[in-house]
Amino acid sequence: MRIPKAASNPVSDMQRSRTRKNWLLSAPALVVLAAASSGPLLIVLVYSFLSAGEYGGVVWKFSTDAWFNVVFFRDIFDGTTTFADAHMTILWRSVRLSFITTLITLAAGFPTAYFIATRPRRNRSLWLFLITVPFWTNLLIRTFAILEVIRNEGLINIGLQTLGIIDKPIQMLYTDFAIMVGMTYVYLPLMVLPLYASMERLNFSLVEAAYDLYATRHKVLHRIIIPLVKPGIIAGSILVFIPSLGAFVTPRVLGGGKKMMLGNLIELQFGAGRNWPLGAALSVTLLALVMAALLMYVRTTQRHSGSVR
Amino acid sequence: MVEKQGTGQANTEAPLPAAIYAERVTKAFGEGKKKVLALDDVSLTIEENEFFTLLGPSGCGKTTLLRLIAGFDQPTAGAIMLRDRDISQLPPNQRSVNTVFQDYALFPHMTVAKNISFGLEMLGKPKDYIKKTVGDMLALVKMEELRDRRTDQLSGGQQQRVALARALAPRPQVLLLDEPLSALDYKLRKEMQIELKQLQLETGITFIFVTHDQEEALTMSDRIAVMNAGRILQIGTPRQIYNQPADRFVASFIGRSNFISVEVLSVEGRRARLKLSSGREVISPLPDNWVPRGRVTAVVRPEYAQLVAGSGDEGDLQGVLENIVYLGTDTQYHIRLPDETTFVTRSQNQCQETEAFEDGQSVSVVFKPEAVQVLRS
Amino acid sequence: MIPFIKKRPPFSLKRQPGFGLIAGLCFVMLYAPIITLVVYSFNAGKYISPWEGFSLQWYVAAWGNEAVQDATMRSLFLAVQAGIYSTVLATMAALGTTRTRPFRGLMAIYAMINQPLMVPEIVTAVALLILFAMIKSLTGIQGMFYLVIAHTAFCIPFAYLPIRARLEGMDLNLETAAADLYATPWKTFWRVTLPLLFPGIIAGSMLAFVISLDDVVITEFIKSSGQETLPTYMLGQLRRVVTPEINAISTVLLGLSISVVCLLFFVERRSRK
Ligand SMILES: Nc1ncnc2c1ncn2[C@@H]1O[C@H](COP(=O)(O)OP(=O)(O)OP(=O)(O)O)[C@@H](O)[C@H]1O
Ligand SMILES: [Mg+2]
Repeated sequence: MRIPKAASNPVSDMQRSRTRKNWLLSAPALVVLAAASSGPLLIVLVYSFLSAGEYGGVVWKFSTDAWFNVVFFRDIFDGTTTFADAHMTILWRSVRLSFITTLITLAAGFPTAYFIATRPRRNRSLWLFLITVPFWTNLLIRTFAILEVIRNEGLINIGLQTLGIIDKPIQMLYTDFAIMVGMTYVYLPLMVLPLYASMERLNFSLVEAAYDLYATRHKVLHRIIIPLVKPGIIAGSILVFIPSLGAFVTPRVLGGGKKMMLGNLIELQFGAGRNWPLGAALSVTLLALVMAALLMYVRTTQRHSGSVR
Repeated sequence: MVEKQGTGQANTEAPLPAAIYAERVTKAFGEGKKKVLALDDVSLTIEENEFFTLLGPSGCGKTTLLRLIAGFDQPTAGAIMLRDRDISQLPPNQRSVNTVFQDYALFPHMTVAKNISFGLEMLGKPKDYIKKTVGDMLALVKMEELRDRRTDQLSGGQQQRVALARALAPRPQVLLLDEPLSALDYKLRKEMQIELKQLQLETGITFIFVTHDQEEALTMSDRIAVMNAGRILQIGTPRQIYNQPADRFVASFIGRSNFISVEVLSVEGRRARLKLSSGREVISPLPDNWVPRGRVTAVVRPEYAQLVAGSGDEGDLQGVLENIVYLGTDTQYHIRLPDETTFVTRSQNQCQETEAFEDGQSVSVVFKPEAVQVLRS
Repeated sequence: MIPFIKKRPPFSLKRQPGFGLIAGLCFVMLYAPIITLVVYSFNAGKYISPWEGFSLQWYVAAWGNEAVQDATMRSLFLAVQAGIYSTVLATMAALGTTRTRPFRGLMAIYAMINQPLMVPEIVTAVALLILFAMIKSLTGIQGMFYLVIAHTAFCIPFAYLPIRARLEGMDLNLETAAADLYATPWKTFWRVTLPLLFPGIIAGSMLAFVISLDDVVITEFIKSSGQETLPTYMLGQLRRVVTPEINAISTVLLGLSISVVCLLFFVERRSRK
């Protein structure tokens, strides 16, 4: 019994020391991430169960008030409890606008990714580069650029007015529409990139085979191309949906104070609202929504790589 | 063309139009300096119900020709007719031609049955017809049990069968097969060769088969077109191609060949009187459209020549046995001729044969006059 | 069966009707607002529009604005530090997580490294705000330290990606060959692995630099007073009536990001050839 064990030792020792080395190499990054990214998330969870301090901050006393306040509104004067309409409106707006944004970026991004994927190979990286450049530039600046286009004295309104189509500017800024346009604009590259990745891998002899079997262009698109690039569609949708849901800068700049999304509501609690536990509870809610979306993504991708549809 | 319009419908006496007729087809890729002539003025006629093979080395333009027939590319010049109809400009989904792709190109997101029914659905056939045909096709390629399997869970041979069934299901006028067997191992390839041939006979569909495997081409085809560098060098039955190769390329591409230099004494019709280097005179048939003059090259297949110990008769090729290669079924003898070229003969091995020759021995080579075939040059 | 065939453009297998048009529109839409923004930074007028002629006055104004100078210096200082630290950490982590047999915890390490990409920035920002407020009230320590560590953390996944990609594309045999030629593991690392890894490290550090430079949300939440970076300064300015000065600052910042990304693109193109 002992001899074979001893004989196998050098190998497993080597393996073990290699694993130890790998952990040691990764450790510093993990420590920093734990300290300044994932670890603090736990504190948020804890905070959501504390009582609010009078001037911001918290009182270290267990309370479910914050969670209660996420959904309900208690009138300070007569003590009646109603549904927290304001919160629900904002939550609904976040989900709805994120969803619409995802749909629009998909509708625009799919043809764009397809266009790039069908260029001659040597030109593709240049087209792709043109998509990525805006992505690597400042989100705030891009949002600001949209603001300049859609505000009352902006490019669109001035243009329409000079053309005589309208005589007073259309109010676009500080509406849901503005937020949606802005998010579509800033997150479009996130849709195109994964779509392109799966289209580039698309085996075009399958398209040839479909044409060979009498499919029309429309049928080729619907029966062959779309089902085959579905992983890219799902990945792109998730990549757009998640940051849209947590968007902060875009609704703040384009929605003004009027049209808030979840991110702005959270900020409000840590600023003027002075209700940190409520802010924490809202953050946890947002995180839960995002995790649910991610989980759904993992589920569907697993199903797709798995057995028969 | 206008006059011929009626023939397809009623007039059965008139000869059937060719299944495929390619007229002076040229295909160029790229522009300017990088221009590649993948097909250079290719003309050919493929008859109805024929098993026609395109044979040639890699890059000779076989796939290109097939893709033009299928409609994936358009010819730079020339026309392609399908049963008297010019299809050169028709998109692939309007041609009654189906393809079995080299990599099969089965739809990975569909089951076997869905793959097979795809073409029929696209043609808008009624549901029960589709169901019946898919069943028939599955039976034809012996894949009934796997009908609901996803295609990426099939072995190479099974994928091959599905690809065949899928392409046959719409009953095309012509089936194109681009090296369909090249991905299979040797044994499976042999089996599929027989099955393919069988299928072609059963369905009566014209097959255009691409391969660079000469043995495959010889065993399966009704006729073969040998291609090189975008041109068709010779079209003929396997026998014609093997026994009367038109030129040096065809002769060396198919089977082993000994090239000998001969002098043309006279030409009478399609035959020529030749003088070999050893002084013997023979009469042999000529390739089409070719009148040889002066010194030309002729070919002698190794198995048509025999080895004799000693100096033999006068006029036989004389030489020194240089190398003996034992191949199991037969033995190859490499003989060095006086002009320093090597001549190879091959003879079938008999049981209990004892080694009759040895290296360094003086030998002579004997063959019948018909074994000498003059080549175009 | 009609022999007459209409002459039409050759059938292209890859074409889908309208796709080219939509793609073209997308490219125009992506660039039109940015170009407008840049153009108006040269406006001579007092407001962003209407256009009142060409002038560099807003660049001059921004250049002379002490708050802008201050924020710019801080942004650069922060981005350089976060870029360097996160690249070093990411390089080590990449060495520890690529080209190895899967070991227990490998998946957890991946998840941990990519975690900042999955959690909404606003949540991380709130979490850090709470944590740093606690630490500050407990210890009384102030300073840039908080911003640096926060930026380093969220830059790690961006630095990690290209470095890991480079490592995975590398030929293991080269290192074996070096070891075969009597190089110690340490020497092998410095003389073989690191030089080969260099393009990945450059790419990673540049990405990290750009990401840190552009961050608004996390910085906005955790900065103490007097710790404005360029983006948070701009966010503050957007509340007021904006002058083309913002356009001028944006243009400079855009130029910086775009030149870094272009540089990366061409370096990568050349290294692939
Ligand atoms: N799309 C293309 N663009 C440029 N050149 C091409 C293209 N397709 C084929 N060619 C060139 O045309 C020539 C013929 O190619 P083709 O694919 O027809 O050869 P093949 O006979 O099928 O070879 P193989 O046996 O290797 O499949 C080759 O020189 C090839 O490089
Ligand atoms: Mg080919």
